Amino acid sequence: MDAFILAQQLVNGVTLGTIYGLIAVGYTMVYGVIRMINFAHGDVYMVSAYIAAITLAVLHFFGFQSVPFALISILIITCVITGIYGWAIERVAYRPLRGSTKLAPLISAIGISLMLQSYVQISQGARDQGVPILIQGAFRFGEGQHFVQITYMQTVILIAALVAMGILTYVINYTRIGRECRATRQNRQISAILGVNTDRIISSVFVIGAATAAVGGTLVTFNYGSFNFFIGFVMGIKAFTAAVLGGIGSLPGAVLGGILLGLTEALFAGYVSTDYKDVFAFSLLIILLFFRPYGLLGRAEVQKV
Amino acid sequence: MQNNRLASLLKEAVLTFVISLILFGPISGLVLDGFGFRNELGRSVTLAAIITAGRVLVSLAGMSEIGKRLRSRLTSSNSGVTVNTGQERSPLLPLAVLFLAGLALPFFADKYFLGIAILALIYCLLGLGLNIVVGLAGLLDLGFVAFYAVGAYLLALGYQYLGLGFWSALVIAPFLAGLFGMVLAFPVLKMHGDYLAIVTLGFGEIIRLVLNNWLEFTGGPNGAPVPAPTLFGLEFTRTAKQGGVPIHEFLGISYSGDYKFWFIYVVLFLVVCAVIYAVHRLRVMPLGRMWEALREDEIACRSLGVNHVFTKLSAFMLGASTGGIAGVFFAVHQGFVNPTSFTFFESALILAIVVLGGLGSTVGVVLAAIVLTILPELLRDFAEYRVLVFGILMVVMMIWKPRGLVRLTRPAFFPSSHSEAGIALRLEPQTEAGR
Repeated sequence: MDAFILAQQLVNGVTLGTIYGLIAVGYTMVYGVIRMINFAHGDVYMVSAYIAAITLAVLHFFGFQSVPFALISILIITCVITGIYGWAIERVAYRPLRGSTKLAPLISAIGISLMLQSYVQISQGARDQGVPILIQGAFRFGEGQHFVQITYMQTVILIAALVAMGILTYVINYTRIGRECRATRQNRQISAILGVNTDRIISSVFVIGAATAAVGGTLVTFNYGSFNFFIGFVMGIKAFTAAVLGGIGSLPGAVLGGILLGLTEALFAGYVSTDYKDVFAFSLLIILLFFRPYGLLGRAEVQKV
Repeated sequence: MQNNRLASLLKEAVLTFVISLILFGPISGLVLDGFGFRNELGRSVTLAAIITAGRVLVSLAGMSEIGKRLRSRLTSSNSGVTVNTGQERSPLLPLAVLFLAGLALPFFADKYFLGIAILALIYCLLGLGLNIVVGLAGLLDLGFVAFYAVGAYLLALGYQYLGLGFWSALVIAPFLAGLFGMVLAFPVLKMHGDYLAIVTLGFGEIIRLVLNNWLEFTGGPNGAPVPAPTLFGLEFTRTAKQGGVPIHEFLGISYSGDYKFWFIYVVLFLVVCAVIYAVHRLRVMPLGRMWEALREDEIACRSLGVNHVFTKLSAFMLGASTGGIAGVFFAVHQGFVNPTSFTFFESALILAIVVLGGLGSTVGVVLAAIVLTILPELLRDFAEYRVLVFGILMVVMMIWKPRGLVRLTRPAFFPSSHSEAGIALRLEPQTEAGR
């Protein structure tokens, strides 16, 4: 294999990894604050893909043809609606279960996941859906048979992901709500005593997680052009792998884990086998949790009684 | 005061309506149709109206006296565990009647109903297996379908490559599936609830993907054929295919395809009864009590000297073995296996059975398995809403009764010598408060 193919795989891997990272943020933030894995997160991502496609169809219907305008407004609308989904899920399925048995929120989350899948399947049909290609063309480096290309869409993905991450970092580090999030993460009870409305913080974490997943969902939809009601399942597990890889609970870890997973997966698909690339990702998760359950950037948690 | 309440109720209703309209609007209101969309907004308005009405009703019920009483009755009762006094007689007569009725079922049922009954029993078996892992030991396993697949493919591939038949597969399946259970259990021993769930989920998918992609060995998506069962060399096919004698020739009766299903049903029924008995005995053995103790508090258990490795491993392996047996029956009943029968949805369905039956309750699991297999058959018209209903039920159950619909009964344990304390305890039925 020559260097160009390797470089091409790396480019594809980084793009895919950024998306994993965006979705992993939702897992990591929720886990950080309430120590729970939001199983329905993958399906929230799936819902966001549908919302993005529907918004595009509506925009076209009303005659908006400008691509940059369409892309930006779709991103914003999808983020808002998906954020509301996140809020509603927390309110309906998780909040009543605080202080219940350990298994209860997990099973409730699986219920929500089945509900979302089946709701989308019933209302939108089980077949694959598609969106028109908005941005065509690519930067090419090299000539003839030997070249590396970065499509314009991939560039958009990287820029959008960077902007989303920048906004997120700003919110977490420099705003009141971010400060309260970090406080709640450290100790929910004490934060509540000190006047933090922890219920509202937990809600907002779900909203932020869902909105970041929506950015990922929109970008994936316009990159690959096709999706169905079942995409959330595999994406959910992979994004979770990314979150664990980087150390669950750590924001930079989620992004790093996503990019690492995207890279290794692209290399595996390129050099070993495409059929088994999902098997590779899942095996990586199991092996990782066995040897380093707190991830690359995470710290081991001490269990207290 | 009254006005104030009404105003807040109105505000709540409007808010609920607006939010549910935003939620339902795009997905169920605007249906993608190629690159355009179809307008079905009426649907979303109806949905939002239903949600709002439900919300208002709940709020109103919370305000009125009758509603309050109803609510407290619905939520407070049944959350504990009944502990037996140790003096109950086991209900032998009803159990014997049930057993005989179950055995005699093939004589009354037609082929269609028998098929459903076999499926219900297979799900009973799966539910009982998962119940050991999730209900008793408290380890959330989302990849249970992997062991089911192992059992099913053991029969199919064992026949193809090694010439295994139904009976030998039935004997090997629990061991092989148990081995797979052990392979999975080792990495997850250190993990807690959430991690465990996602790793088992990944494991289930790995097994399915390998079955799907390893074309040369498993036949891939095309699946693999499964031989018909035999009984002492007698075959249930019209003509002998495995070197035996067809049973109708042996008995001198005319051929009927139903015999095969009668046979599967009876064997399956006996196996299910045996598993129910085994689980019942396990619960009063030290092992079963260790499982339940570990479920309630792992740290306390370990500090009291419970070997958590052995305890978790045994739960995983026994659960997996049961799943493997169920897989053999599934394969022989279908006559054909392929990877689409072993998706995550199947795992979720088995989990729904365990959850709705009440985590840890054998009676509940059996009832839930029967209800969840027969209900979809009765409600064929609503088949596409099945998953939706399961999802809603799982959430509602967790909010309303996280310990299941059937109140748990726990066997009593007393010192074997008749000390005074033992007698005093035995006199009063006790109730242990649930969490």
